[in-house]
Amino acid sequence: MSDLSALESEIAAAVAQAGDEAALEVVRVGALGKKGSVSDLLKTLGSMSSDERKEKGPLINGLRDRVTGLLAERRTALKDAALDARLAAERVDVTLPSPESALGRGRVHPISQVIDELTTIFGDMGFAVAEGPDIEADFLNFTALNFPVGHPAREMHDTFFFNPDANGERKLLRTHTSPVQVRTMMSQKPPIRVIIPGRTYRCDSDQTHTPMFHQVEGLVIDKGSHMGHLKWILEEFCRSFFEVDNVKMRFRPSFFPFTEPSAEVDIQCSRKGGEIRFGEGDDWLEILGCGMVHPNVIRNCGLDPDEYQGFAWGMGIDRIAMLKYGMPDLRAFFDADVRWLSHYGFRPLDMPSLTAGLSV
Amino acid sequence: MKLTLSWLKEHLDTGASVETVAETLTKVGLEVEAVEDQAKVLAPYTIAYVVSAEQHPNADRLRVCMVDTGAGEPVQVVCGAPNARTGMKSVFSPPGTFIPGKGITLGVGTIRGVESRGMLCSAMELGLGEDHDGIIDLPADAPVGVAYAEWAHLDDPVIDFAVTPNRPDALGVHGVARDLAAANLGRFIDKPVAAVPGAFPCPTRVRLDFAADDARLCPAFALRLVRGVKNGPSPEWMQRRLKAIGLRPINALVDITNYMTFDQNRPLHVFDLAKVKGDLVVRRARDGEEVLALDGRTYRLDAGMVVITDDNGVESIAGVMGGEHSGCDENTTDVLIESALWDPLNIATTGRKLGVNTDARYRFERGVDPAFCLPGLEMATRMVLDLCGGEASGIELAGEIPASDKLIDFPYAEVERLTGLDLPVPEMKVILRELGFWVSGSDRYVKVAVPSWRPDVEGKADIVEEIVRIAGLDRVLSTPFPREEAIVAKPVLTLIQKRTRTAKRALAARGMVEAVTWSFIGKAEAERFGGGQPELALANPIAAELSDMRPSLLPGLLKASQRNADRGFTDTALFEVGQVFRGDKPEDQKIAASGVRRGLARAEAVGRHWTGAKAADLFDAKADAMAVLETLGVPTGGLQVVAGGPAWFHPGRSGTLQFGPKMVVGWFGELHPRALEALDVKGPAVGFELILDMLPPPKAKPTKVKPKLTLSDFQPIARDFAFVVDRSVAAGDLVKAAQAAERQLVSAVDVFDVYEGPGVPDGKKSVAIAVTLQPTEKTLTDVEIEAVANKIVAEAQKKTGATLR
Repeated sequence: MSDLSALESEIAAAVAQAGDEAALEVVRVGALGKKGSVSDLLKTLGSMSSDERKEKGPLINGLRDRVTGLLAERRTALKDAALDARLAAERVDVTLPSPESALGRGRVHPISQVIDELTTIFGDMGFAVAEGPDIEADFLNFTALNFPVGHPAREMHDTFFFNPDANGERKLLRTHTSPVQVRTMMSQKPPIRVIIPGRTYRCDSDQTHTPMFHQVEGLVIDKGSHMGHLKWILEEFCRSFFEVDNVKMRFRPSFFPFTEPSAEVDIQCSRKGGEIRFGEGDDWLEILGCGMVHPNVIRNCGLDPDEYQGFAWGMGIDRIAMLKYGMPDLRAFFDADVRWLSHYGFRPLDMPSLTAGLSV
Repeated sequence: MKLTLSWLKEHLDTGASVETVAETLTKVGLEVEAVEDQAKVLAPYTIAYVVSAEQHPNADRLRVCMVDTGAGEPVQVVCGAPNARTGMKSVFSPPGTFIPGKGITLGVGTIRGVESRGMLCSAMELGLGEDHDGIIDLPADAPVGVAYAEWAHLDDPVIDFAVTPNRPDALGVHGVARDLAAANLGRFIDKPVAAVPGAFPCPTRVRLDFAADDARLCPAFALRLVRGVKNGPSPEWMQRRLKAIGLRPINALVDITNYMTFDQNRPLHVFDLAKVKGDLVVRRARDGEEVLALDGRTYRLDAGMVVITDDNGVESIAGVMGGEHSGCDENTTDVLIESALWDPLNIATTGRKLGVNTDARYRFERGVDPAFCLPGLEMATRMVLDLCGGEASGIELAGEIPASDKLIDFPYAEVERLTGLDLPVPEMKVILRELGFWVSGSDRYVKVAVPSWRPDVEGKADIVEEIVRIAGLDRVLSTPFPREEAIVAKPVLTLIQKRTRTAKRALAARGMVEAVTWSFIGKAEAERFGGGQPELALANPIAAELSDMRPSLLPGLLKASQRNADRGFTDTALFEVGQVFRGDKPEDQKIAASGVRRGLARAEAVGRHWTGAKAADLFDAKADAMAVLETLGVPTGGLQVVAGGPAWFHPGRSGTLQFGPKMVVGWFGELHPRALEALDVKGPAVGFELILDMLPPPKAKPTKVKPKLTLSDFQPIARDFAFVVDRSVAAGDLVKAAQAAERQLVSAVDVFDVYEGPGVPDGKKSVAIAVTLQPTEKTLTDVEIEAVANKIVAEAQKKTGATLR
């Protein structure tokens, strides 16, 4: 039987020497192919006596099995080596930059973001969003809001006017979002709960004023809402908007033509190193004006001030954005400098929500 | 408005500290802006006596002083002042004192080997002026050990507070005291004004020369003469107060008028009788009339203004400023005192037109107390007599003092209705009475008479404000204000509001950066972009380049991109979603979404990149527009893309997006070079504009169920076709033809190659499309596929003249 072991050694050597899959195939055919050396031995089994077969059968079959095993093992090894070699050759420089994603580059302006935040908070309190035109009638911007004739705000010095039309009517760019209060009251039956964000305009341009800016105001009209409710809403708003657990607010009596009683609201803060923080410190910062809607305004909108009542408040969107996010200069809001927008803007999918938080 | 604490205490009997006064002022609606309290800052500084001043052993310029501070043994102080000398009195500060003029805190020091336990101070070190030639040199009778600020009358704190335009009464210290007394800060001192009997009739007569319907311009004008006065400097106390609130003392007569202005909110004017010629006539100015006013400027007047004249001409601009000619000086011996009432609106207009803002104008335009017109004159006369001597005439009164008879029916329940604050009736009644309101009637429902000095109080809500501001807004309790219905909040945004905010996110998600640009642009720019109508031009623009309401967002964005390019950022993708104006009516205002790409700013990548770089072209702009439509869920099946756009686009590289010729929703393309040139923008640039209001609304559906999804069990088959068509044939038409060939089977048509060049005849192009066939019933046989392919070729031939390549 030394023939068999010699043959096995010979085949094993050939398997080991096969450098690639093709060479290995030649060895396989030489051993297990139709005319292979092992196949030839297997063929001899048929002509053997049963005793002889009993003796040689297991030896020859064993040889076949071992050769098959060797071939499979070698084939796997060669395949792995070939793949490894290919992968090694495919190496690239992974430090090369991929294009920056659009989602990483894109930005939403802070004003849009803050309007979304406002909408989220007040929407949850049941406020709808009302809007109105930027080009307003004098009546809606001033007269209906109880601005007396001769009020300084009605001068060309403060307000942008258009030229009088054929009927002598002189339209203007709204100086506040309050005409939308009037429009809302005139077109909608109470109860009314709206916030009114929008662009507003005044003839003003310096370090802290721009001829165009953004305001948001709120209006509630029904048969029972009072200053206590107003206080609660504003406290809840400030806490929620500035994302602090507690805010201390101070209501000071003040004056606006369209509210009576009127108040200005200060919010407690600390100022350290030019940074304003709410919910701490012992400084006060004025953030908004508010009051009970003036009976004359309610009357001018066709409602009876003894039956209906309510309150309104207003503040600068740009201003509260600056307070929350720390932009130092209002003018930069409208300059469209991509460096500023990329820095202070918000990523496309930073959608404010009450469940996930207003800001990231 | 400013006042000092001692001045306030003339009208308010109180022991309240300046802090409490300031706090209360803010609480009642007179917001304190600053409190300046020298007494506090200078508290440690005392008057001291220099017992001896010897030469310092180790320094020529220094002296070693033994200083008696009035507190025990003299202390040793090293002093460098040239005027330090034995026997003088000066101001001493002990170690630990903050030195305002130097911004440091003093310690015990050793100066050139000699210990110094304090400092003798200069005025500058105390923050009291520029004088640093030496230490303060006090008169010999200055009391040692006494606080310097107190002795020098620097201990009267000044409070600066804001007065809202509805509160003219708070423009006098007297009125402020009334508010504070009502707020329980002390007792209001309201002495009746004693009349000064006239010794002789006023020799100067007054005539109001107005047409009947102009009478409101000057309801009353009172005048009286005090003769034989001696007009020198006003007394110390008056000068100190005037200086403390920022006024310059001039002479007693002028100071009295200023004092009355701030003390009583009663502006007065004084004329030197010697310079007045004839009687006074109050009338409208004549157009072009001129007057040299007290500020040394000559004002040109018009008939809208009211003047006080004599035979010399205009002597004074009524309620605004007196004339230089008849003003009082040290030589004045006979003085005419004027106390008048003017029309607030007319004074405001006059002041604005002339650009003059005086303390008188400020008060007359807000409203002075008409009932105090004559008492004010009496009070001023008394002061003149007291300070300058002389003899007073009777009062010459032209016109009449209007009656103040405002009466308001007031149910106390109104306070709780509007504020939620339930106050006891007696408290409310006391507040009103303290403020000078008369209250009468039964307990719950009263009549309230408004005092003459409160022109702002007109109705119930005003009374509520009076009560609540004095009671304290802090007593109004926060009251929860839950949603009216539904445990879970309902959506509140309208379609256009949702679309506006979604469009912003969509464009940002395409790598664009949102800009907010001015709503107004230059006229030429507006005209170039389809606007510039006269009704959209501002009458008073703030600048020429901000004169007309924008018809489009593109000019603003293009200029912004140029500004960025000028700063070195050439590859920018900017967008804006905001209002554009087609007319001046509310419905002419639309919401547009626009974007501008410049340089290598594409959605996929920006700038030069190792994988290659490509300039943004009109297809990027088109993709931006389409992204907005798709994100908003606008069905684009019926959307037509028509070649060409408005004049501000490249005629061959722009398209109009529409749902039919009358439903144009926007444009995209390369901007026209001439439009860019007009904006001073270096091109090329591409952009788009969609009018969000024009987009069709989603179809109303009864439920939120999506249409049933049917999936075919059969594999889709793709077939490619390369057609040769005329260069002018739109690929879109070819696609449509392929779709139309077999609507049931063709599920998609994609253009995957467009080629012009060798192999394709001149004037022609090759357009390759991939058509996907999706069988639904059974697998298609080769014969069936072939039949469909033939149909597609035939349809393409028929619609576009295409031939298979």
